[in-house]
Amino acid sequence: MSGFFKSSIGRKVSMALSAFFLMFFLIIHLAVNITSIFSEAVFNEMSHFMGTNPLVQFALQPVLIFGVVFHFVMGFVLEIRNKKAQGIAYAKNNGAANSTWMSRNMIYSGLVILAFIGLHFIDFWFPEINYKYIAGNPEEPTRYFHELQEKFVPIWRVAAYVLSFILLGLHLAHGFTSAFQSMGITAGRKKTLKTIGIAYSIIIPLGFIIVALFHHLNHH
Amino acid sequence: MKLTLKIWRQKSANDKGNLVDYKVNDVSPDMSFLEMLDVLNQDLIDKNEEPIAFDHDCREGICGMCSMYINGRAHGPDRSITVCQLHMRSFKDGDTIYIEPWRAKAFPVIKDLIVDRSAFDRIQQAGGFISVNTSGNTQDANATLISKYAADTAMDAATCIGCGACVATCKNSSAMLFVGAKVSQYALLPQGQIEAAERVRNMVAQMDLEGFGNCTNTGACEVECPKGISLENIARMNRELMKANIN
Ligand code: HEM
Ligand code: SF4
Ligand code: FES
Repeated sequence: MSGFFKSSIGRKVSMALSAFFLMFFLIIHLAVNITSIFSEAVFNEMSHFMGTNPLVQFALQPVLIFGVVFHFVMGFVLEIRNKKAQGIAYAKNNGAANSTWMSRNMIYSGLVILAFIGLHFIDFWFPEINYKYIAGNPEEPTRYFHELQEKFVPIWRVAAYVLSFILLGLHLAHGFTSAFQSMGITAGRKKTLKTIGIAYSIIIPLGFIIVALFHHLNHH
Repeated sequence: MKLTLKIWRQKSANDKGNLVDYKVNDVSPDMSFLEMLDVLNQDLIDKNEEPIAFDHDCREGICGMCSMYINGRAHGPDRSITVCQLHMRSFKDGDTIYIEPWRAKAFPVIKDLIVDRSAFDRIQQAGGFISVNTSGNTQDANATLISKYAADTAMDAATCIGCGACVATCKNSSAMLFVGAKVSQYALLPQGQIEAAERVRNMVAQMDLEGFGNCTNTGACEVECPKGISLENIARMNRELMKANIN
């Protein structure tokens, strides 16, 4: 079995598995964020639960971090190996004739998402860890909403946020169906998967963008 | 038609190689692409120059030898054909045409437009067969019943001619469409079951050993394949390898 994950196909399968996990996580994350539009109290309650529940903090959070790191490290590994497999570059190559821009540029959309994840960690995760575990402040179940609102005041951050999510949408426009194909799940389901994939890659990033814009326009 | 050709010239495997410009006049739109090159080569021979080396054999679109990257696409601009089936009517008077060999680390250039595709042979030898007794006592073909779906799908996979266009067009130089077709051809039939697990393991291992890249599902291969081999074959190969490792 360990030989399997060292084979080219095994690497692909592990890439797809980590991607499935990330795509599932994004649904949960968006669901929590969306509540902030409708109710400050519900958003605070959900965030407080996520931030203090030991199962979430010490079991799910490490798994998530592992999933993210695994995905982009494996993305780099595949990119480097594939570069090595190429011969001399063609003097003329018409990639657009047979494949989508998204499919040919996963590493670049991925890099933008990675930069965003960096910013996201600096904005939320590091202060959160510092607040709870380093500074050891007492838990304050109503702080989350204001922290969120504050972050979306500067226009540059909202712009970076929107841009990153557009790139995430492009990443997923290819990635969603690609992950199923990697798992060998396609026969006879191509059309359905494509439709769900397009819907997912529009709805999820758009949801995050709406939340950001809402708080930018509604802070007081 | 008058055309400008930019053709890759490389004396040997160790030579660096470069694109050389050639002018051809009086090209008939009814010529095949290879016939146009034949005319150019005759010209070069008459001038005591070295003719351009390129692979070809059947000139009927069935052997897969004629391998050229034409104007940025494997086998040129038209769909579902090899270079020998490409005609000059697909080009316009005054066009400039780039002609390059397949590019992939696993397909080294031997001379000009000829590349070494023996990596494909070694992948086939690693498992692309069934072990049967062929010493004269032929079995009745109808003794083993096969569903129409399986027979048709296996036949579709078996139409792969090993041309290597899938590798040439892939941004990752991946051979998965070729190997997927060869694995599928047997995986779909009862006769292929006995050695199925070994076959997929060995063929994938050989594919990796040859230095082909890793598929990222861009789907370029499926578009450029002269035989219309579908991506479903890659998915099936992935399933076969997972199955082989779970059992
Ligand atoms: C939450 C964030 C992310 C999600 C939801 C996501 C999702 C996906 C999906 C669904 C695939 C297709 C998997 C497959 O074809 O098997 C994929 C592929 C890929 N991802 Fe991401 N990704 C994310 C972040 C990143 C980051 C940060 C990078 C960093 C470079 C990255 C780089 C790549 C690359 C290079 C591929 C292509 C590899 C391949 O197809 O084999 N991704 N991603
Ligand atoms: S899969 Fe298609 S492109 Fe690839 S070798 Fe076979 S016939 Fe050629
Ligand atoms: S020469 Fe045989 S396929 Fe073109």
